[in-house]
Amino acid sequence: MAPRKQKGFKLGYDFRTQFELKVMLWPAVLLIFLFDFTPLFGLLIAFKNYEPIMGVQGIFTSGWNDFQHFIRVFQNFQFWPMVRNTLGINLLGQLIGIPITMLFALFLNEIKHHKFKSLVQTVTYLPHFLSWVIFGGLFITLLNSTGIVNFLLLEFHLIDKPIQFLADPKYFWGVAIGTGLLKDLGWGAILYLAAMAGVDQSLYEAAAIDGAGRFRRMINITIPGIMPTLMVLIIFAVSGMLNNNFTQIFVLQNSLNLPTSQVIDTFVYQTGLLQFQFASATAIGLLKTVFALMLLIGANALSKKITKTGLF
Amino acid sequence: MVGGKSPGERLFNLSTFIIMIILMIVTLYPFWFSLISSLNSGADLARGPIFLWPREFSLGSWSAVLSDTGMLKALWVTASRTVIVTVVSILYTAMFAYAFSRSYLKGKKFYIMIGFASMYFSGGIIPSFMLMNWLGLYDNYLVYILPSLFGGFWNVIIFNANYKALPEALFESAKIDGASEFRIFLQIVVPLSKPVLAALAVFTAVNVWNDYGTTLYFTQSNDLQTLQYMILRLIQSNRAVENMMSLQGSNLAVSALLNNTKGQGPVTAQTIELAAMVIASLPMIIMYPFAQRFFVKGVLVGSVKG
Repeated sequence: MAPRKQKGFKLGYDFRTQFELKVMLWPAVLLIFLFDFTPLFGLLIAFKNYEPIMGVQGIFTSGWNDFQHFIRVFQNFQFWPMVRNTLGINLLGQLIGIPITMLFALFLNEIKHHKFKSLVQTVTYLPHFLSWVIFGGLFITLLNSTGIVNFLLLEFHLIDKPIQFLADPKYFWGVAIGTGLLKDLGWGAILYLAAMAGVDQSLYEAAAIDGAGRFRRMINITIPGIMPTLMVLIIFAVSGMLNNNFTQIFVLQNSLNLPTSQVIDTFVYQTGLLQFQFASATAIGLLKTVFALMLLIGANALSKKITKTGLF
Repeated sequence: MVGGKSPGERLFNLSTFIIMIILMIVTLYPFWFSLISSLNSGADLARGPIFLWPREFSLGSWSAVLSDTGMLKALWVTASRTVIVTVVSILYTAMFAYAFSRSYLKGKKFYIMIGFASMYFSGGIIPSFMLMNWLGLYDNYLVYILPSLFGGFWNVIIFNANYKALPEALFESAKIDGASEFRIFLQIVVPLSKPVLAALAVFTAVNVWNDYGTTLYFTQSNDLQTLQYMILRLIQSNRAVENMMSLQGSNLAVSALLNNTKGQGPVTAQTIELAAMVIASLPMIIMYPFAQRFFVKGVLVGSVKG
C-alpha cells in the first residue's frame, strides 16, 4: 500500500479532490443502502404477525408473535425433506464435483500441445456462458422419454422401457448433480490451472532426474502444490451448502419430481411469491442465511486450524 | 521439455488426448443436437431423434420464432437491458473503484465496511419484493436497470487490484499538471485498464443476458418478458403437454406462439423451443471466443484476491 498521508497538497486542493472522490463514490453508497440494506428491515416480518395487505408500514406496526413462524417452519412436513434435498444435492455435488474438476485440471495441465490445450479449454468453458434455462432445457429435451438418451439406451437393449429421468423423483439428484458438473467443469478448472502454474518448475526437473514418471510427478508435486487452492474451494463449498442454485433447480423442477427437487430456495419462492405467505417464507430465508454464515465462519476457522490457510 | 518419450509417456499422452476428445464431444454434442433438431421439420422429428444432420431440413421454426411479436419484444427487452446495464455499471463501477483505490481517500474504512456488508448480508427475496413494490419498480422496466447500476463490491475488489499495479508517478504528474480526478480517471485509468474493463464487461453482459430471476420475481406483464423467461415458459408448457397436465401458469405471449404451431406441421412446440434456445444462446456463443483472452486474466485476478 502507498503511504496513507501525502503531504504537500494545499487545503483547498485537498477539499476539491476529496469532493470529486465523494461524487464518484456516493451514488453507489446510496444504491447499496437502498437495494441491499433497506430490505434488511423487511426481515422483521419473520418475527411478526405480518400480512401482505398491511403494506410497508405493516413491517413496523404489526405485532410480535413469539417466533411462531420459526416454530411452524420446523413443524412443516415439507421442511426436513427440503433440507435433505438442499444438503444432498449440494454435498454430493461437491463431493463428486471437486475431485473430478481437479482431475480434469491435472490432465489438462499435462497437455503440452498448446493449441489443443486451448481448444479443450475454449470448448469446456462454453456451457458456463449459457443460462440454466438453455442448458437445463437442452438436457430436459435430451433426457425425456422420447429423447436421444432413452433412444440410445433402448437401441442398445440396456433398458426395456424409457427411463423417466425428470418425471421420476429417484433420478432428480443425479440429473441435477450431473448437469451441474458438466456446466462448470471447464470453468472450475481455471482456478486449479492458475494454482498449478504457480508450482515451482524446478521441482519437476529434479523429480524427472530422479526418475519420476509423469504420473508420479503429478501426484507428488502438482497435487501438494495446489492444496491451498483446494482448501479455499472446500471452504466455499461448505459455506455454500445451503445455497442451492435456484436458477438450476427451478428449471429442472416439475410437479412430478418435487419430492426430491424441492430445495429451500424454490420453497421460499413458492410459498412466498406464489402463495403470499410473506412472513413464513422470510423466516425460512433468514434461517438459511444465518446457518450459511455460521458454516462459513466455522469452515474458515477449521481450515485455519488444520492447514493454516483461510479466507479471512 | 523434461523426460524422454518412453512407452509409458506415450500411453499417458494418448489417454489424456482421448479423454479430452470425449469430454469435448459430450460438451458440444447437446448444442449440435439442438441446432440440427431446430432446423428439422417437427413432424419428422416426432418419428424419432436425428443424430448428425437434419433429415427434413426446414427453417419453419426459426422463422416462427423470429417473426413472433412476443419473442421480438422479449429480445428487445433483453438486449436493451444488457447493453444499458453493462455500459453504465462497468464505467461507473470502474470509477467508484478508482476513487476507492486512492490512498488519500478520507473515510476509507466506511466504504470498506459498507462494501463487505453488502456482499454478505441480504434481506432475501421477499423483502426485496416488498422493496420493489414500495419503490414502484414492480412490473416496471426500470427494475432491470436501477438495482444493477452499481456492479457490486466484488468487481470493485478486482478493479482495485488492477489499479494498484499502475505506476503511482502517472497520477502524481497528472495532478501537478492540474488534472481533476475525473480527468485522471477518464484519460489515464480507463485506457490503461482495458483488459480488466473488457473482462468484467463480458461477465456482466453474460449475467444480465442470462438472468431470468428478475422477470420471475418482479414482473408480470407480457411486455416485460425477457428471452430467457420466455424460453423457460416454453419449456414448462411443453413439459406440461408431455406430462398430460394443464399448462403451468397461463402466459399470453407463450400460448400465442404455441397456438400457431399445434398439430403436426413442420413446426411443433418442440422445434419452437429448440429454435428459441439456439437463437437466445447465439449472442453468447459468438461473443465469448473473442472475449476469452480477457476474461481468463480477469478471473485470475479475482481468484488471487479471493
